[in-house]
Amino acid sequence: MALKLMIVDDSNIIRSKINRTLSQHNMEVVASASNGEDAVKLFTTHKPDVVTMDLTMPRMDGLECIRALRKINPGIRILVVSALADKSTAIQALKEGAQGFLCKPFSEADLTEAIEELLGDD
Amino acid sequence: MDEQQLRVFIDIVSQYFEKQTGKAPDVGSPYLGDASSLPIYDFTGVIGISGERQGCVYVTAHRDLLRQLLLHVGESDVSDNNLSDLVGEVANTISGNARRYFGPDFMISVPVVVSGNARAIQVPRSVKAYILPLRWHKFEAALVVSLQ
Repeated sequence: MALKLMIVDDSNIIRSKINRTLSQHNMEVVASASNGEDAVKLFTTHKPDVVTMDLTMPRMDGLECIRALRKINPGIRILVVSALADKSTAIQALKEGAQGFLCKPFSEADLTEAIEELLGDD
Repeated sequence: MDEQQLRVFIDIVSQYFEKQTGKAPDVGSPYLGDASSLPIYDFTGVIGISGERQGCVYVTAHRDLLRQLLLHVGESDVSDNNLSDLVGEVANTISGNARRYFGPDFMISVPVVVSGNARAIQVPRSVKAYILPLRWHKFEAALVVSLQ
């Protein structure tokens, strides 16, 4: 059965790229959001298994959104996909509850590998 | 900004194109520009910088360059909306990647994108703006870095 995916990124092109890539890897995109606020609303409705999360977004940034999603579902698996390339940001995202961090720019192979690592033995 | 910091931006923009398209851009000689005569092409993505450094980083590009870049990243929709989105994302990625060198106090805004004659772009007048001319295939763009 396909895993349900929610994509959160303020770039339409990035959302489209993630959708194209992961739809070919047994994932069904059930929701997309361009900011954290919308993501929290859609998360409750669509109950995804996996979320890809940008960090720099309008209205509610990615770290705040991760905290909100983890309150709703502490077991949610979150891959941060961000241009913020410093180590401390990656560490902070992991502390907030993300399980993986992929730095932009990324290739389709990078994304697939990061998702496979995130899912582990699933 | 010193030469080493300028080199950071040259490396990042080269790596961006290399990673996304397999072909790095030709980077022309950087030069200092006056706030009143900065390069502006069809679409411009601006990132405000705050924290320890203040100013802005912007990417400005010809429509045809962005169209080709979109196709290279697998996006067939080359509408103006996606060209705007792309130039903002390039500016965001370059600025965000610069934190690897400048650290987390190099705080970046969400991109602001303007199209056409972008008179609204304002760089700090008291700070020098470094212009990195870019040519990718036969199309022109520029990365402008103005940091206190």
